[in-house]
Amino acid sequence: MELLIQIIFVLISTLILGAAVMVVRTRNVIHSALWLIASFFGIGALYLLLEAEFLAIAQVLIYVGAISVLILFAIMLTHNVTSGEGHKFYQRWWLALLVSLMLFAVILVPTLVGQDWTITARPSEESAIAGAVEMGTAFMREYLLPFEIAAVLLLVALTGAIVIAYEERAQRRRILTLAQELALRKQQQQNHAEE
Amino acid sequence: MLINYPFIAVFFIASVIFPFIPLIMGYLVAPKRPTEGKKSTYECGLEAIGDIWVQFRVQYYLYAIAFVVFDVEVVFLYPWAVSFGQIGVFALIAMSIFLLILVASLIYDWRKGALEWI
Repeated sequence: MELLIQIIFVLISTLILGAAVMVVRTRNVIHSALWLIASFFGIGALYLLLEAEFLAIAQVLIYVGAISVLILFAIMLTHNVTSGEGHKFYQRWWLALLVSLMLFAVILVPTLVGQDWTITARPSEESAIAGAVEMGTAFMREYLLPFEIAAVLLLVALTGAIVIAYEERAQRRRILTLAQELALRKQQQQNHAEE
Repeated sequence: MLINYPFIAVFFIASVIFPFIPLIMGYLVAPKRPTEGKKSTYECGLEAIGDIWVQFRVQYYLYAIAFVVFDVEVVFLYPWAVSFGQIGVFALIAMSIFLLILVASLIYDWRKGALEWI
């Protein structure tokens, strides 16, 4: 059983890493985003392997379901980035390599120095540590402030997007749709009749 | 717990393989007699004009980010709901504050007209 889990872990990790490499390898940005979704999906499978079912579902719902759509729309919002001038993104690849190596070192160095990653406070084999009930009680007790701050973060994300989007739109002339124009004309007629 | 997953794995593998079966069948069985007309790109019967890349409107992005925000909200609601019995009234107040903050963003969204498709 232990060996089987190890094999599945290696398979899933290969999927994640392979997809992650393809994200940076492929020249088409849309294909990058699709490979990123595959990588997110693999991370969801890892959560499932850790018996954190709720986290796995949340990963698939939020990352695979929502964040990926956001990324795809964000790419489509830009001007055409795939054609012609694609090469300029690859010139500073060493900088990206440096940053990712440094981030990897953040995990690797404590492991080499002797940080103990094992979970100490596991009450029993039966109760999950990242189950929905445990997370719910933790959110309401120890992590109440981060929980409420998450709401503020979401608020900032949505209002920020609207503010930035509308700044651009305010500069443009407003074009009415047919329905709006008809409604406006009807109102004008009513005003005329009342007079 | 983990013992339940082989069944799901079987379904997963089947769902990955299944889309390829018609493709392989088509490759093996279908007759191939290509002509110029057959090989050309088909787009509603007209000649394809320009690039496939179209710049989307910002409205799509706003919808996507609103979807992300309220998706995360629902994901937070679930652990709250299943642990409600252990916490009680305090959980109701905490979640009310959480929801009120998000409703504030929804109201802003609404008043700014971001929910309308202009």
